[in-house]
Order: sequence, then C-alpha cells, then structure tokens
Amino acid sequence: MTTKTLLASAALALGLATGATAQDTTTVGFVYVGPIGDGGWTYEHNKARLAVEEHFGDAVETVFVESVPEGPDAERVMTQMALQGADLIFTTSFGYMDATINVAAQFPDVKFEHATGYKRADNVSTYSARFYEGRAVQGHIAGQMTESNIIGYIASYPIPEVIRGINAAYLHAQEVNPDVEFRIIWAYTWFDPAKEAEAANVLIEQGADVILQHTDSTAPQAAAQAAGNVVTFGQASDMAEFAPFPRVSSIIDDWAPYYIARTQAVIDGTWESMDTWDGIGPGMVGIGEITDAVPADIKASAEDLIERLRTGEYHAFTGPINRQDGSVWLADGEIADDGTLAGMNFYVEGITAEIPQ
Amino acid sequence: MIKLEKRPQPSKRWTFATPIVAVLLTMFFGGVLFAALGQDPLVTIRTIFFDPLFSEFAWFYRPQLLIKGAPLVLIAIGLSFGFRAGIWNIGAEGQYIVGAICGAAVGLAFYPMESFIILPLMVVAGALGGLLWAMIPGLLRVKFGTNEILVSLMLVYVAEQLLASMALGALRNPEGMGFPGSRNLAQYPSATSWINQSAGMHWGVVTALIAVIFAYIALSRHIFGFNVRLSGQSPRAARFAGVNPGRLILICMGISGTLAGLAGLFEVAGPAGQVSIDFNVGYGFTAIIVAFLGRLHPVGILLAGGLMALTYIGGEIAQSNLGLPIAAIQILQGMLLFFLLAVDVLTNYRITLARKAH
Amino acid sequence: MDLSSINPVLLLASLMVAATPIMLAAIGELVVERAGVLNLGVEGMMITGAVCGFVVAVGTNSPWIGFAGAALGGALISLIFGFLTQFLLSNQVATGLALTLFGLGLSALMGQGYIGIKAPAFPDWYIPVLGDIPVIGPIIFQHDPMVYVGLALVAAVWGFLRYSRAGLILRAVGENHEAAHALGYHVVRVRMLAIMFGGACAGLGGAYLSLVRVPQWTEGMTAGAGWIALAIVVFASWRPGRLLLGAYLFGGVTVLQLNLQAAGAAIAVEYLSMAPYLATIAVLVIMRAGRAPGSLGQSFHASR
Repeated sequence: MTTKTLLASAALALGLATGATAQDTTTVGFVYVGPIGDGGWTYEHNKARLAVEEHFGDAVETVFVESVPEGPDAERVMTQMALQGADLIFTTSFGYMDATINVAAQFPDVKFEHATGYKRADNVSTYSARFYEGRAVQGHIAGQMTESNIIGYIASYPIPEVIRGINAAYLHAQEVNPDVEFRIIWAYTWFDPAKEAEAANVLIEQGADVILQHTDSTAPQAAAQAAGNVVTFGQASDMAEFAPFPRVSSIIDDWAPYYIARTQAVIDGTWESMDTWDGIGPGMVGIGEITDAVPADIKASAEDLIERLRTGEYHAFTGPINRQDGSVWLADGEIADDGTLAGMNFYVEGITAEIPQ
Repeated sequence: MIKLEKRPQPSKRWTFATPIVAVLLTMFFGGVLFAALGQDPLVTIRTIFFDPLFSEFAWFYRPQLLIKGAPLVLIAIGLSFGFRAGIWNIGAEGQYIVGAICGAAVGLAFYPMESFIILPLMVVAGALGGLLWAMIPGLLRVKFGTNEILVSLMLVYVAEQLLASMALGALRNPEGMGFPGSRNLAQYPSATSWINQSAGMHWGVVTALIAVIFAYIALSRHIFGFNVRLSGQSPRAARFAGVNPGRLILICMGISGTLAGLAGLFEVAGPAGQVSIDFNVGYGFTAIIVAFLGRLHPVGILLAGGLMALTYIGGEIAQSNLGLPIAAIQILQGMLLFFLLAVDVLTNYRITLARKAH
Repeated sequence: MDLSSINPVLLLASLMVAATPIMLAAIGELVVERAGVLNLGVEGMMITGAVCGFVVAVGTNSPWIGFAGAALGGALISLIFGFLTQFLLSNQVATGLALTLFGLGLSALMGQGYIGIKAPAFPDWYIPVLGDIPVIGPIIFQHDPMVYVGLALVAAVWGFLRYSRAGLILRAVGENHEAAHALGYHVVRVRMLAIMFGGACAGLGGAYLSLVRVPQWTEGMTAGAGWIALAIVVFASWRPGRLLLGAYLFGGVTVLQLNLQAAGAAIAVEYLSMAPYLATIAVLVIMRAGRAPGSLGQSFHASR
C-alpha cells in the first residue's frame, strides 16, 4: 500500500469518525519557520492567527508549531496537523513548498495555503504580498528626505522578492530625486541583529542618511537613532517604538484579512485553489503611519501615491523602465507582468551595484 | 560528607538503570515545568513520550522515528569509535554538510538521466566528501599535533558558508524562479534514497542499522575494537601493544567522517530532498549527545537515538495539540540530557559517606 | 566601486563596538579553558545573559543594573554545567552542548512579554580631552562604557594570569590537574570559580547585544555569537593579548565585508566569511607554542 492511499484512507476514516463534531468547529493550522517572538515575519503571521481566533470565536480553533525547520520536519508537522483534523493549513515559508505539495497530495480533503511559493494543486493555494508597492512608497519618501543623496539598503538574500523591492524603491526615489544613489549590503540572513546593526552603521558611515531594510530586526532602527539624523522605515512589523523619528513610516505584513477570508471560505465550502498576490488595496500590505518628521508636502504626495496604488490606478512598475544594462524592459506606459516580477533577477537602470551570484 | 569512590568496573546494574532513572526524573521535573506553564502535566508528558508510539496515529509517527533517528544514530556510531579512543571529532555537522553537498552534486550532474548507477555514485561521493572533510583535522593532528576538537569545530563554520554558497550558486535549481536551493532529489527516481516513504525506510536507515551491527562486532569481537578501547583507557599500554597512535587517529576520524557524510547524503537525497541554505539542522551536534547518552555502546546509541527522536516528534505533537511553546520542549530536552549525564556518575562511581576525621 | 567612501577612522571605530560582545564572551571562556575546562555552552549562557539583562534593565530602568543581572544570570546557568562536570564528572563536550539547548529554551520562556519593548538608553561616553584627539579620539575614546569594561576585563585577565598567585594556580590546574592536586590545590574549587566567571562574562556579552547593540529582546538574538567566541579563544592560543587581536579580526572581517559591499565591490561574501575560521586553523597549526592547556576537556576525580 502506498503512502498516498494509506494516509488518504486514514484521513477518510477520521473524517467519518469526527464528521459530527467537524461541523461545529473548523480547525486551522499554522506552520511557522521562526519563533513567534522574532518580532518580524513569524510574529506577524502569528498576530494574524490571533486575529482569526478573535474574529470567529468558538467556531474556529487554531493550532500552530513554531521554529519548524524546512524539510522532513515540516512535512511531519503538516501531516500531523492534517491527521489531527485540521481543515485548513497555512505554511508560512518559501522553503515549505515541496513539503506542502507532498502532504497535500495525501490529504485531498484538507486545504493548504503556501506563502510566497509558486507550486499549486487542487487543494493548495499560494499567497504572497506585493511588498514592492510599499517599497515604492518608501523610495518616494526616501528620495525627498535624503540630503546626502545616498540611500542605504540592507538586503537579505539575492532572491526575486528582495531584488523587486530594491528596484521599486530605487525607481521611485530616482523619480523625485535624479541624483539619488543606492548603497546595497547583502546580509545573507533574514535575522541577525548584530550583523544588521553593523550593516546599518557601515551605511551611515558611508554617508547614507536614509536606511531601508529588508531584514527583520529593529537593530538598524537603533543604529539610526544613535546616529541622530538618519531616516528609517519599519519592516514586517510597524516598529512604532522608534516613531516618530528615525522611523518615519513602515511596511506592515498584514495577513489577517486574507487568513480570515480563507477560513470563511472553508467554512462556507467555497474554498478554491488560487494564486493570490495582494498589495495595498486589499490590505495585505499595510503602510504604517507617516510621522510628522516628514514635511507636510512630502507626506501629502506620499499619501497620494499610496492612494493611487490602493485603487490600482497606478502600478509601481510602469514604463518606461530600462534594465541595468540599458536594454528596454518596459516601453512607455507599459505595465510589468506578474511573471517577470515573480522571477525578477535584474536591477533597473541607474543602480550601479551588481547582484551577487 | 558524601564522597565518590571509583568502581573498579563500571556497574552493570546502573548501566541499565541510569537511563530509566534519568527519563523518570525528566518526566517529573518536566511535569512541574508544564504545570507552572498552566498545562496538565500528565497529559503533556503522555503526549511527548507516549503519543508518538501508542496513540491513534502511531502508525504515522513510528516510521517518522526512523527518519528522525537514522542520521543521529549513523553519525553517533561513527563518533563513538573516536570518543572511545580519546579522539574528539566534534565537527560531524560539517562532515554531514560536505557529504550532502558532494553527493547531491553528483546526482544533480546526471539530471535528468535515469540509471541505476547514479545513487551508488552519489553514495561514494557523499562518503568521500565526509571522509576528506574529517581528514583535515585528522592529518593536522597527526602531522602537527593540532587540537582536533577545535579544528573540526572551525570546519563546521566553513562548511556552513560553503553550503550557503552552493545553495545560492553552483547547485541552485535553474528552474527555481530565482529562489535559492537545488532541484528536489526526492523527485528524481534514480537519485532518491527513499525505499518506502510510508514506512519511513530510506537507505540511511538501512545503513544506520548495518553500522550498529558492524560497530558491535568490531568493538566486542575484533582486535580493532580492542585497540580503540585500550587507547582510550591507557594510551601508553596501547603503544606497548603495538598500536600506531597516528594511524588510529586517522582511522577513527575517517570512520566518523565517512558515516557523517553518508548521513548527509541520504538525508539530502530523501527526507530533505534538496540542498538549501538551512539544510543542516544540527544532527551533527545532537549526535554527540546521542553518542554519550548511548554510553558509546552501539546498542545504547540505537536506543538513545530513538529517545531523542521521540522527544522531537512528541514535542511537535505537544506544540500543535496543547499549544506548548517550543521553548518548553527545548528546556525539557536540555533537562533530559542533564539528568542522563548526571546519573551516569552512578555507573562508574560509588557514593560513600566518608567520615571527616581520619 | 568607490572605495574612497570607506572612512578608515569610522571603520576602526565601529570595529571596536562590533568586537565587544564576542570579546566579552571570549575572555570568560579563555579563563575557563585555561583552568582546563571546555565549556561549549557559551551560546546558551550568552542568550541567557541577554534576556536576564534585558528583563532587569527594563524592570529597574537602569542598564547598569541590567548588566549586573546579566552577569548573575550567566553565572547561575553556568553553575549547572559546573555541577555536572566537576562534581558528577559528566563529559564536558556533551554537557556544554546540552547547556546551549537549555539556555535557548529558558531564555525564550523568560523573554515572553518583553518583545517589542525598548531598553533604557545607554549613552556613549565622550571622554573629554582624549575624545577630541583627531583620528584616535573617535576610534578609541567615544564609545559606550561597556566597550571599556570589555577592554579592562581583558587587561585584568592578562594581569591576573601573568602576575597573580591565583592566576598561577589556575594555570597549573589547567595544565596538569593531577600535579596541581598533589600540590594541595583545590582543583574543583578553582574550576568552579573559573566556570562562573566564564558564565558571567558570556552573560555580559549577551546583554551587550540586547541592551546596547540591538537594543531589544528577540528570541535567538545571539545568532551564533557564542560559537564565534569559542573560535576566538582558540585563535588567541589562550592568550589575552591575542584574544584582543582575534576579536578585532573576527569583528573586523564582518565590518570590512559590509564596507566593501556598500562601496559597490562585488565580492564573494561566503568565501570572505570563511576567512577568519581558516585563519584560526592556520594559527593553530603555525603557532605550535600556543598549545592547548594540558588538561583541557578532561574530567578530574581526586582518587585520594
């Protein structure tokens, strides 16, 4: 007997056995890659889990396992959740992609939601956020706030998600300030406070007076605060404890609306496999309050940009845009397609650094 | 005043009793901890220690014990030879990584060709990778007298950097949408180490069991095992007996490196599936603990590996079903290790009440 | 590439700060290893110190009391290691690894409820006169006090090991515990004190991260710094002077690597990050004189 049939029949038996109670409560599972106390990525997913609990009350029960390594451990945790009767499981790391697909194939009646991946199945949806819209807003503010015309960027790993963010920020900074220059540091980590602090200090020492970060700790905020005249933006969570200065705004991962909607769909029986890539409009990307440290006119134009992104009137990657080597990527007025964005592995024209290989 | 008196022979009775005492102590103090966290201690202890074996879904968890335990046992068996002889390879994590990289590289080089020869070639490459990585501290020790504990530990960090470089560069999946990580070897029929996934069987499990048997024979029946034990107990006597210390170091380092490399290869070609930045999850370090918990005895290591795997899997069940934080599981595992190490004193020493006055 | 944007003065100044947490943890471990004990639990003691320091500093609103709490927390958790290895004669390698596991769990539990809170401020000292010296002033004399505490500790350990009688005893215990015992020294007592000192220093190093460098509490925030501290002790061949050099080298490679990147140099980050570890191995091989303490890692039991 193969795993597939064995597990499927077990799941079926379980479904019959617990069918009566299953109607009362829906169980939603969450698999986290970090500890819920990381203050960033996992922390925000867990906040959304709590929002699901609050929204549905007794109708929904949630379970979670934190710090699950990618690979066989993730597969086991997902299987275990499915066996214990979860109806919907959110797997919140890119590295869970193959594990999610494998487990989902064994539990056709359980719905899976995989964050930031690209493999789907009948019972596997994917979802991600258009964080680059937030990056565009940051670039817009940063380009006008900088006096040295040097903007520092702490990047994590050279993957499309991060490269997209750099491009979006650069395009919108350059739009308002043609002299702007980006200094990019690849930290090769999502979370290492000491290294992030170091990176921020190095950028400040090299003249950057705005720091954008794509890593999750608050260490760069503290470094900027110590420097005194450096602007920062919160990442993943609001980091409001550093407002109104140096943190002048933030990108907030807000998964709650999506998690509530998908849980509702399971309850209603209307859940379907789909690929969701939401931005500011549906509320998956939250822009933290722009503080008064930003001059009123800049704040107003930034809010106008947010509004245009929210309504979909404007796309953050609208031509003309050239690639770094000068070749044309988007003609005038042309809008980037999601496929290219999803696999973006090139800088736009004007960025002088190279993507490490 | 309480004094320890060394036993002439390790106590047979306590050798068997101490692990049980330690587990019982851990259950008791773990229960206190869980009660302090607002959980029902009995339910929690049952979930962690018994549910993986005897619950409704034990048919799923039991094979998982094989998957989680196999690399621990395989690495720990290799380490136990050196540890018995007083040779401290604590860099098995690095040898595990390099074995996985080398083996996976061979498999990926053949993609998408199908042939029965691919997996054997990967096994050879993985074993060689681990062997060569372990030979660095081994040779430095023999040629220059460099401390192998420290060199092997340093090489773990080097291997981790190498892994990141490979996952982002040379071995990156060209069809992976630009994300780090290699192709999935578990989905490449000629390269996968899986035998029967639902039974938790892959070649690593088989190899681990073979290693246990070989180690048992070597240590109890073979002159090599005698030399190893003699070198650990009395290096001078070993030299008189004709043991070449340099060769013994290289052989012990070689065995541990080879087995660690094999463990890495079997893991990357089956359960893990791909070379990724976070491929290593600390098996090489946990195996050191497993080797000691098993008293450096092959059968003991087998049981200790199973026990460690049990706490991992039971811990995940407790997190998911009871909402216990992973921190509590880590504390429980730490306590288990502390108690096991602590009560071990009873095996080798007798506690006596000595009078102060002479 | 624009290397002129790298300011060597600022680079050296930030190197001083970057090296401080690993230096603090390493100087403690150096004393432990000179006493003949190998405690691989530095990471666990550091993270415990980080959370203890943070909790105490937030509670009392004083970073100084926070550092004291961190030292105490680190010393207390090191007592577990000391008790097991010195009194129950457990294997030091395994016990140290278990201590790291335990420390990571314990710190995460203690830190619940302290996430997203800011630590009380810990301002830099602008040492008058000295701080105004060009070049040297900004490099050396304009840091927060813990940088100087770290340097003072290294100097104190150097003096202690070299000139004091107690230091001589500690070294004797580390080189040959049987002989030291035969001379009437309390091997176990010396080692327990050394282990506690090591725990306290690791605690300070961890608290430097949670109170000064980051400054916030997040789980797992030491992110491997304790393991680097272990490497530095070896690099230093167990000598305080070289430890300073080692800490600056390890801190320096990170700072330099980030500087080169920011200046636009395309470098292979992974290979540069390997460099200090390979250098440590080279040092181990070349500096034959810097042998490890004779009794390092061995259990001691006074049979008579």
